[in-house]
Amino acid sequence: MPTIKIDGVEIEIENGTTLLQACEQSGAEVPRFCFHERLSIAGNCRMCLVEVKGTPKPQASCAMSVNDLRPGPNGELPEVFTRTPQVKKAREGVMEFLLINHPLDCPICDQGGECDLQDQAMAYGKSYNRFVENKRAIEDKYLGPLVKTEMTRCIQCTRCVRFTTEVGGVEELGATGRGEDMEITTYLDKAMTSELQGNVIDLCPVGALTSAPYEFKARPWELRKTDTIDAMDAVGSNIRVDARGSEVMRILPRTHEDVNEEWISDKTRFVWDGLKSQRLDRPYIRELGKLRAASWSEAFARIVQRVKAAKPERMGVILGDLVGAEEAFSWKQLATSLGIKSIDCRQDGTPLGEQGGRAGYLFNSSIAGIEEADAIMLIGTNPRLEAPVLNARIRKRILKGGCIIGVIGEKADLTYKYHYMGTGAESLATLAEHAPAKAQKPMFIIGQGALARSDGAAILALAAKAAAAIGVVKENWNGFNILHTASGRVGALDVCALPGEGGKSTRGILAAAKKGDLDVLFLGGADEINTNEFATTFVVYVGTHGDAGAHRADVILPAAAYTEKSVTYVNTEGRAQMTTRAAFPPGEAREDWAILRALSEALGVTQAWNSLEELRQAMYAIAPQLAALDQLFPADAAALSELGRGEGKTSSAAFISPVKDFYMTNPIARASRTMAECSAVKNASKLQAAE
Amino acid sequence: MLADKDRIFTNLYGLHDWGLEGARKRGCWLDTKSFIDKGRDWLVNEIKASGLRGRGGAGFPTGLKWSFMPKVVGERPHYLVVNADESEPGTCKDREIMRHDPHLLVEGCLIAGAAMACNVGYIYVRGEFIREREHLQAAIDQAYEARLIGKNNIHGWDFDLYVAHGAGAYICGEETALLESLEGKKGQPRMKPPFPANVGLYGAPSTINNVESIAVCGTILRRGATWFNSIGRPNNVGTKLFCISGHVNKPCNVEEEMGITFRELIEKHCGGVRGGWDNLLAVIPGGASVPCVPAIQIIDSPMDFDSLRNLKSGLGTAAVIVKDKSTDMIRAIARLAQFYKHESCGQCTPCREGTGWMWRVLTRMADGRAEKREIDMLLEVTYQIEGHTICALGDAAAWPVQGLIRHFRHVIEERIDQYSHNADHEGSLARVAAE
Repeated sequence: MPTIKIDGVEIEIENGTTLLQACEQSGAEVPRFCFHERLSIAGNCRMCLVEVKGTPKPQASCAMSVNDLRPGPNGELPEVFTRTPQVKKAREGVMEFLLINHPLDCPICDQGGECDLQDQAMAYGKSYNRFVENKRAIEDKYLGPLVKTEMTRCIQCTRCVRFTTEVGGVEELGATGRGEDMEITTYLDKAMTSELQGNVIDLCPVGALTSAPYEFKARPWELRKTDTIDAMDAVGSNIRVDARGSEVMRILPRTHEDVNEEWISDKTRFVWDGLKSQRLDRPYIRELGKLRAASWSEAFARIVQRVKAAKPERMGVILGDLVGAEEAFSWKQLATSLGIKSIDCRQDGTPLGEQGGRAGYLFNSSIAGIEEADAIMLIGTNPRLEAPVLNARIRKRILKGGCIIGVIGEKADLTYKYHYMGTGAESLATLAEHAPAKAQKPMFIIGQGALARSDGAAILALAAKAAAAIGVVKENWNGFNILHTASGRVGALDVCALPGEGGKSTRGILAAAKKGDLDVLFLGGADEINTNEFATTFVVYVGTHGDAGAHRADVILPAAAYTEKSVTYVNTEGRAQMTTRAAFPPGEAREDWAILRALSEALGVTQAWNSLEELRQAMYAIAPQLAALDQLFPADAAALSELGRGEGKTSSAAFISPVKDFYMTNPIARASRTMAECSAVKNASKLQAAE
Repeated sequence: MLADKDRIFTNLYGLHDWGLEGARKRGCWLDTKSFIDKGRDWLVNEIKASGLRGRGGAGFPTGLKWSFMPKVVGERPHYLVVNADESEPGTCKDREIMRHDPHLLVEGCLIAGAAMACNVGYIYVRGEFIREREHLQAAIDQAYEARLIGKNNIHGWDFDLYVAHGAGAYICGEETALLESLEGKKGQPRMKPPFPANVGLYGAPSTINNVESIAVCGTILRRGATWFNSIGRPNNVGTKLFCISGHVNKPCNVEEEMGITFRELIEKHCGGVRGGWDNLLAVIPGGASVPCVPAIQIIDSPMDFDSLRNLKSGLGTAAVIVKDKSTDMIRAIARLAQFYKHESCGQCTPCREGTGWMWRVLTRMADGRAEKREIDMLLEVTYQIEGHTICALGDAAAWPVQGLIRHFRHVIEERIDQYSHNADHEGSLARVAAE
């Protein structure tokens, strides 16, 4: 640990720290544009120049390691200055250069108010302009429907190039031209294909890359910022929702080192326009084959009438992907008090949660644990589409070196190279006879593509056997990981929203509905099931969007979306995180727990809580881990052996990822125009590639 | 003046056979094995003792540079890289070596390779040099055939030599940009530290030397460090190729001793200044990137690193550009500014933005379309670029402008006055500009 002096203050710095970070640690502010902690060092903006004692020239502090500093001739500590006239002059000079060809169109720039260039020009620039020549103008580039460009504003910091190349894993951005003609471009005027491309908007220190859907919509100072949790995938990315009035205007990432670092996927970022369209804003009931708007009491009366007439065995509940833990708990309680045993939170029909305890359905090694793994096996999953941020973590691990990775399932471009081991269960079976791996920390990542099929239980058993053979579970290391795609799934499993004894699972409920053996079916936001085949079943849909479930419903109860309520989402690694309300649900829509509470009263089985807080207390009694927000509790790995005992025949069908269209995985995304555009662009490029 | 017997480049003008036979007749490849057999340390010390300073422009002692290479070859091999991307305006010495005396370079590479434990060397040749590349490649092929280099050669030091050619970018002559280009990437300078001697080509320890620095090594060893050291002035020793262009009667390339005075250099080899010594206006003594020196200061100045530095200029590549009184200095420097604007790689801010700014201001000044306060502004801009960039291109772009303002400020002011004088009563300059 070298000790250095920064502005006269002695400070001990960890090895390998850059001078810039060291200055920050000592409390000295150093302006920068090109430097970013999570990207490689470019050192090209020259804004971070500091004075190092003994060197005639100012040094770029971002590119210099504290270990590069040499002590003085008599062994004095190396000294760095950040406030000398030389440094001030250097910064002013660089700032002037950055501004001479910058259009200074802040009043019409979306970055205005949150622009690094604006802020730093105020803090470190000169107050006058000496440049009287014509300014440079650069043609705008097409980067796709998400990122809008205004390349004249670009200061060539290359953060976007480094992000797409290093984190995104797609070499689609680069710089062409030389000197002042250097331009950032996609070379071929094609849309970027990364699922993480929206992050370049955050990275861009100026207004060159801005959000296309948010274009000219709002100013940052008018927005109400709410820290909350994303529900688009099971990673549980930490986000900030910016709203104006009751309208969500944009979504930005928050840093959480163990979950999403500081990236979010494009779906997370751009889905917000889906919160405004296709919304269910009042109850509906179906009369003479047509839905008509109704009052809450009418809707409840209709439900009560049908439920009273039906036997509990002929009723079922299926919960969707976005259901919060509180809601799943409430549904389970309601079902139980009505005597309904056929309740299932796994609308995709996986066998998770039935055996193997909590370890049997969690990403046990934790997401951050990926960085420790030295061998990774992806089974029936395409993490690039199912959890792009998690995929970026895998890529990061692989780039670091010393980690081998294999894939059983679809052959897809995962942004890194892997060993392809086969398509399905047969390849997995060979692993079960494999000798123990030499790797210290091997890891299985089992996707829903392997499990959401009729032989899912047998495949899960096979995977557990293979895991045991390879030695994925060791002391202090549990590399048996399930990668979920639904944000609400783990929470619902945690509160046991599963069929009771003799109850039917999703597959059974759907079969019964098809045969006409089901009188009443409650859908808790379940839209990814085949609703066309229900025969005479009376369907009650509680949800947010006019999607598949609502189309078939006989009664619709409008609910709140994830930005409009406070619920607990447990991510794939078992981390409970709570959302905060950023806006109110539209019209007469209500929060799900309140709907269920009112419905229970109408049904004569009044739930024992009068507030969300009371509901949570009841929930924590059965799932205490949910009370400890943002904490991980390692699940008991011993229970995994239970999984391996399962028997059954596996089919030879290939594992196919459940996410066929990344932009269309849930009702909110399907209602989003932006997502539809992205999907269209993606499909068009796929068709083109096929030709 | 250098005696003919002390010349190293005896076929500089291509009058004799450039091939292996001819080179051998001129002494090349003689005794090479005996030097290599004396080992790494001896080679490095001998070059150190000779006082050879890098011929690429900066004048860094070559032996010292060699000694920075790790003593023991670790996991990664050592590489020798020869910088033959000679693009400095006015400079044309390396191409003559490659065209007419390529074996001196090939031999030098082997020696330098042995001195730094490199088994592989790369020569990065400027893209526009076609014939030079062909001759060099032919010479390397001859050397391979004669088992002078390659695996199991007669010198007992395995050494493979490859010629790579660039695409004609000036910036690729900067050593780290050259490495990037050699690795197949866009030629943009790297940050230092780490220095190439630690992390260079493909991340391995590498040394980058100029063609001339390497080509003289064989002869230095053959004739002894003391011989080389005895030529020239203290700390500025040996012989040097001067490339004299511009307003002299006979522009030429010539090998001369370091420290020869400018007057002698021009009188002896170039037939004097066009129109006589009184007609001399200024000299750019070391290629486009060093500041110009007015006639009065340079006429009797020795041409070497230290003397020219005292004149606030530099020897650079010893490309002497002579300007007589017919020269429009502002336009001349504006043209150089345009060159640097065109060749800036665009990576870092001061150079990317500053070179264009300087060029535009200078272009206006060349017409007189400027204000006098802009002269100081321009000077300040040059200081804002100098020393704030990743590589030395920023400095190289700033220095000529500084030289211009230092010595020819009155010319700029006169030009501005003249332009304003020509303006009509209303002060409008538009008509003049239109004419």
